[in-house]
Amino acid sequence: MPARLAPYLLAAPLALVFLAFFLVPMVLVVVVSVFNYEAYQILIPDFTFQNYDDVFSSGVTYETYLHTAKFCVIVWLITLVLGFTIAYFLAFHIHSLTMQITLFLICTIPFWTSNVIRMISWIPLLGRNGLVNRALMSAGVVEEPQEWLLYSDFSVILGFVHLYTLFMIVPIFNSMMRIDRSLLEAAYDAGASGWQTLWNVIIPLAKPGIAIGSIFVLTIVMGDFVTVNVLGGGQIASVGKAIWTELSYLQFPPAAANAIVLLGVVILLILALMRIVDIRKEL
Amino acid sequence: MATAADVELVGVVKRYGGTVAVNGVSLKIPGGSYCCLLGPSGCGKTTTLRVIAGHEQLSAGDIMIGDQVVNGLAPVERGTAMMFQSYALFPHLNCVDNVAFSLKMRGVKAAERRAKAMQLLELVHMDRYAERQPAQLSGGQQQRVALARALITNPRVLLLDEPLSALDPFLRIRMREELKRLQMELGISFIHVTHSQEEAMALSDLVVVMHDGLIQQTGAPREVYNQPTTEFVARFIGGHNVLAGELTAQDGAHSMLRGPGGARLRVPRLEAPVGSKVTFALRADRVSLARQAAQHRAVGADVAAPIDGNRLAATVASIEYQGSLVAVRLKIDGVDDFSVHLPEGQFYDDPVAVDEPVIVTWQPRDSHLLH
Repeated sequence: MPARLAPYLLAAPLALVFLAFFLVPMVLVVVVSVFNYEAYQILIPDFTFQNYDDVFSSGVTYETYLHTAKFCVIVWLITLVLGFTIAYFLAFHIHSLTMQITLFLICTIPFWTSNVIRMISWIPLLGRNGLVNRALMSAGVVEEPQEWLLYSDFSVILGFVHLYTLFMIVPIFNSMMRIDRSLLEAAYDAGASGWQTLWNVIIPLAKPGIAIGSIFVLTIVMGDFVTVNVLGGGQIASVGKAIWTELSYLQFPPAAANAIVLLGVVILLILALMRIVDIRKEL
Repeated sequence: MATAADVELVGVVKRYGGTVAVNGVSLKIPGGSYCCLLGPSGCGKTTTLRVIAGHEQLSAGDIMIGDQVVNGLAPVERGTAMMFQSYALFPHLNCVDNVAFSLKMRGVKAAERRAKAMQLLELVHMDRYAERQPAQLSGGQQQRVALARALITNPRVLLLDEPLSALDPFLRIRMREELKRLQMELGISFIHVTHSQEEAMALSDLVVVMHDGLIQQTGAPREVYNQPTTEFVARFIGGHNVLAGELTAQDGAHSMLRGPGGARLRVPRLEAPVGSKVTFALRADRVSLARQAAQHRAVGADVAAPIDGNRLAATVASIEYQGSLVAVRLKIDGVDDFSVHLPEGQFYDDPVAVDEPVIVTWQPRDSHLLH
């Protein structure tokens, strides 16, 4: 076997997996997105931009994107603050490696059960007669059950934060662990206060982790429909859910077009983030 | 520029849990001097430096800089600045911003602090690289930037943690000169931690030899080299042989010892009872070496051997050419390590070979009693 072939053969298994499970479906979605459809015929081979036209000409699309963007920004801010703080605590305040690993595992405990179960478990907690409402009422804080707790933007955001904060913690923690501790001493030696060190040394050096975590959270929230469905109670709109609704009506071509637009938006988002931070340094 | 200030340590102790890193160090470093803390790894020298810097809290004792007790003060309040072993340059800042960092922390305006930083970079000849990131610099260049960064606050004392250990030997010698030049120019104290006795000799006004968290000896390099006070110092600074014997008699200006293999040795008179154990150091370059056969003839003629000279029979174990001198390692019964340093020319006039039996001789005045 010629030696030139060896690297290609080594790369082949992963390349094939990508081809079969990523590239081919991707191409199919693109192809379907230019198909036509009718009530009684799901897919009519065609080459039309009608589906895209529908997406861009509908006011609902923009509203949905705006609503999803709102989720993104709020969830991103909360997970960023939480993730950064927890990562900071783990990286700089816990000195023994064993303890770091233990606490880290504790952070991952929610991931030992399925997403859906974790989401559903909020329902008895936040519902009309849920634990929170009952506690609030018996404490005399509120007179009647609070409706905004469940099937609202609040519960959706709560679910997102609960599910995805870890995706922020891990990369930020990783970046922080790479910060040479003597840099913190050097900052102290130069007279920097704790906040000055945080702002001038730790945050700039944790930027790649922040960027990676942000990409995780933003892309997941952009495309999510399960959380919105379960915790939004069918009342809350999001791009993912719009696609899912179209799929449930077997409107494949418009769903595909919507998916491609979403993909484009997410890619633009990632590109923008990559411009701000050089992530390659981290990999 | 900052003024020089004395640094004084009084009974400084540093414990980490159950282990004692520094075990009661008292030391006075006069202002404007170059002081080296010298010792093997784990001797407490770096901890001592970090305690002076304010990066470690004292377990007991006091530290004074100038006439101020600085225990518990932050580095900036102490007027010290530290240069870290790994340089600890901020990887996300270019050279100017690295140097200007502490001014930024004090709220100095950007233009002003960058101008000051440029001056410091000029001082260490790094102004051409002002806009570079640390990763784009060589080790020696990074070190100069680190030095400029430490000096920008006009410290009264500069603390250097093994500053030269990461450099290649050639650069190390150049940077060594540079450090000394800067210290003399600035007139402030440099406290420099090193495990290289060569570095300490070359640089310091004051050498502090440490071992096991304690100071073994303090003094000018020449004093320490010529009069090591303990066996540890004699062995650590190199160029010395350590011999031991039992005092058998006093003889005028000399004490007589029964040395290794029962040899009778003379050392300068020592007031101690007969039978006590005596350890002494002998500089490797003060010992002469002769072939055993030749020596026998010489002894027979009673010419070459000085009357009160000491002699020991030995076998050549190894020969190491070191340029200006040749180090001959010898096997002597009852001595674990014995070397003779001979000037190159002298050795090659009549070279001995490995495994050849030889005789070493030295004058009693060249042996130096250890405590």
